[in-house]
Amino acid sequence: MIPITIAQLAIIGFAFFMLLNSAAIMVYVERKVCAFLQQRVGPTLTGPAGLLQPLADIVKLIFKEELRPKAADAFLFTLAPCIAAVAAFAAFATVPFGAETTFFGLLDQPVGLHVSDVNVAVLVVFAVSSMGVYGIVLAGWASNSKYSLLGALRSSAQMISYELSYGMALASVILVAGSLSLRDIVDGQAGAWFGFLPRWYVFIQPLAFLIYMIAGIAETNRAPFDFPEAEQELVAGYHTEYSSMRFAMFFMAEYINMVTVSAVATDLFLGGWHGPLIPVQFGWVWFLLKVGFLLFVYVWIRWTLPRIRYDQLMQFGWKWLLPAAVLNVIATAAGILYFGA
Amino acid sequence: MVFYLFAAIAVVSSALVIGQRNPIYSVLLLIASFGAISGLYVQLDAPFLAVIQIIVYAGAIMVLFLYVVMLLNAPREDAAEWDRLHPVRHPNAARFGAVLATLLVVQLGWALSRTLGVREAVGARADATVVSSVRALGRTLFTDYLFAFEATSILILVAMVGAVFLARREVDQR
Repeated sequence: MIPITIAQLAIIGFAFFMLLNSAAIMVYVERKVCAFLQQRVGPTLTGPAGLLQPLADIVKLIFKEELRPKAADAFLFTLAPCIAAVAAFAAFATVPFGAETTFFGLLDQPVGLHVSDVNVAVLVVFAVSSMGVYGIVLAGWASNSKYSLLGALRSSAQMISYELSYGMALASVILVAGSLSLRDIVDGQAGAWFGFLPRWYVFIQPLAFLIYMIAGIAETNRAPFDFPEAEQELVAGYHTEYSSMRFAMFFMAEYINMVTVSAVATDLFLGGWHGPLIPVQFGWVWFLLKVGFLLFVYVWIRWTLPRIRYDQLMQFGWKWLLPAAVLNVIATAAGILYFGA
Repeated sequence: MVFYLFAAIAVVSSALVIGQRNPIYSVLLLIASFGAISGLYVQLDAPFLAVIQIIVYAGAIMVLFLYVVMLLNAPREDAAEWDRLHPVRHPNAARFGAVLATLLVVQLGWALSRTLGVREAVGARADATVVSSVRALGRTLFTDYLFAFEATSILILVAMVGAVFLARREVDQR
């Protein structure tokens, strides 16, 4: 009994540590990929191939001065980055990232690679990540600055608009899988059709996958939907007045949210830890590869597409994405009724 | 133990909601209260309800609340507001509130006095845990309570159309 508890605690600690590191790794990847796309070299001086650049960034952020505008609301100004970071970490809590394993016979009974397994895991991720908007809104309001407030208002409007399409895309996968548990959904994607095509839901629900990824990019405020921090219009948006570690927490929250969206997309659409060639005990390798690929796509999109206009964002969200998502859910439901689950 | 923790958070934050000068803090305390109530749902073995509570109330409705409060930009109730609502000079508001408060206390007392019977009735039902299953919940909602469900959605639709109509700006009028 006790080894199981220790193993679970170790998994939780490991997940936390890796999430923390993923932000640092993503900073490096972002710089390198951006440089590559712009025909530059990127960071090279700090360590071999600039690998220590995230470390240098972190040291810089820690030792910078903490500034707070005089007219800011002191309590909420401090609370806002905490909410953003906590929501980002907590959203990952119900995302499984590997098959059940005994760690090569180290344990008597297998333990699942997840922080906690809830039977409504999909909804928990949805609920907790929707809490992150409070961090942004409160940051914008508490800073008592017009740029911050405008950035926060834009962000909340954008998040509310795209959350609907996001939820609808989730709903169509839930309909296909017949379960709200992420572990069940992943296990429903084991095996292959005709012996070679993996039984991933992305092949049944390509539209839902597309909608999910577009809404996910909008939810995490990444380019081309990065209106809350549109530099040309709003200085830096909701975190204009933030510096040092408080700013770093928003920064970290953004990257961790990206990781969470990619991890959930992997679990929902790309078969999680199931894939050809690699045995299921080492499924987390597939999981990491898929999440890494989606994160690369994120960065790729950011440095390829220009930011669209705000009215275009709203038009696209409400007039195209949401109707498409609703139609997809209706079509899926009809298909399941006709063919049987 | 956990129950008392969540209950205490819910009660204290709800009480503090009406004691705040700054409406933003009221909104935040209300969110904390919703979070604690959602914790109580988890304790009642109804994780689906708990998550829905967070998504619908804390995630969607309260964001709109916060939005409105921020846009109205009413950081604190100022002197003019206080004068308009002064309980001695303008007693009608306070009288109305007192009637409502008395009603609430009477209702609460009536409800609490019936709790014992309810507990026995719930305990007698062996399928009390069925509520936690999403499948069973959906089936019940779309069969036994279909009329109430549809009536509620029509009500919300009517409210939405009304809000859009009221907020519509007359473009061609000067």
